[in-house]
Amino acid sequence: MLTFLALTSVALLGIVPEQSQAIVIYTGWERHALVGSDVRLSCSFFSWRWTSEDVSFSWTYRPDGSRDTISIFHYTRGVPYLDNKGPFKDRLEFVGNPGRRDGSILIKNLDLSDNGTFTCDAKNPPDIVGRPSSVRLLVFENVPIQAGVITGAIIGVVLGLLVLIVVIYYLMRFLVARRVFSLSVRSVSGLWPAALCQSGFCQGLELKPEPIPGMDTCVAKLA
Amino acid sequence: MLLILLGVLILHIIILILLIVSTAASAWSVADGKGTDLWYSCITSNGGYHCKPSSNEDWIQAVQALMILSVLFCFFSLIAFLYQLFRLVKGGRFFFTAIFQILASVFVMCGAIIYTVMSPDDRAHTNFGYAYVLAWVAFPLCLISGLIYIVLRKKE
Repeated sequence: MLTFLALTSVALLGIVPEQSQAIVIYTGWERHALVGSDVRLSCSFFSWRWTSEDVSFSWTYRPDGSRDTISIFHYTRGVPYLDNKGPFKDRLEFVGNPGRRDGSILIKNLDLSDNGTFTCDAKNPPDIVGRPSSVRLLVFENVPIQAGVITGAIIGVVLGLLVLIVVIYYLMRFLVARRVFSLSVRSVSGLWPAALCQSGFCQGLELKPEPIPGMDTCVAKLA
Repeated sequence: MLLILLGVLILHIIILILLIVSTAASAWSVADGKGTDLWYSCITSNGGYHCKPSSNEDWIQAVQALMILSVLFCFFSLIAFLYQLFRLVKGGRFFFTAIFQILASVFVMCGAIIYTVMSPDDRAHTNFGYAYVLAWVAFPLCLISGLIYIVLRKKE
């Protein structure tokens, strides 16, 4: 019984990784860069096996509008081989770490003719079945403006100013009205009828009634 | 009095329609079978009518923004006119309406000037289309309308 179970588990362990033993390669989707700058094209992979000594990376390049693919980089058995005859002569640099499954390259001093698709293919023997992954490089003269950014900015600023002006206008009107009211109250410290003073009318306005001796009225003074 | 009000209102609505048509129509620059405007450039080739978004340069975005702002301000001035018609004190002037209308005319002028100066110089093949002409026609009409609102007073 136990041997039967052990055999089935070993068989399962043998079968399941067989099906998922494809290597999965990751690069970016698109890279944008300016003329004259450097760009780093990253490539890494996922594999069920340990990273072997014979791990290999290779990069190929297909210019925009062309159907030819040329090989520009190959790393195998611990030695990187850079392009020394093609369009990237003296401009390539290997900045990856194969031990950590990183096969990135650095292209220096970009030009408009470098627009195209770069494909990374990695192999981790015995895990060699996989699909290469491509990254598209777009080189610009100057940073392109997105459609509608400036439009939205101008409209937003003008409408914002409009709202601000209307708010300030109504605020000023409100404040001036209050100041006019408080000014007129301070300048009145005259004669108020006694009945009004006693009913507490003056208390709300920070005035206190002072009865004038010998008369029926009182004087409202500032409290 | 009612006639004057009606005339001024109709003028305002005509200006608003002119501005909307000018902003939206695809005919600022025309060549043979090809119309360009602020948003798309469309070609009538034998395959049909193909449109692609126009260039993203900063000046065309500025013209887009100014035309949209002029439509908005003309609309705000219409609403302000209707509001002030019923709420203004007797003898008062339609200041808000006038200010918005004059701002709208200034924006149309700026937009049309920027387009005139910066549009690609291909005078041999392309001419200015009717939407461009409408923008230039809307500008003085808008200005005159704004001035009328400054002079107009609310009577009994």
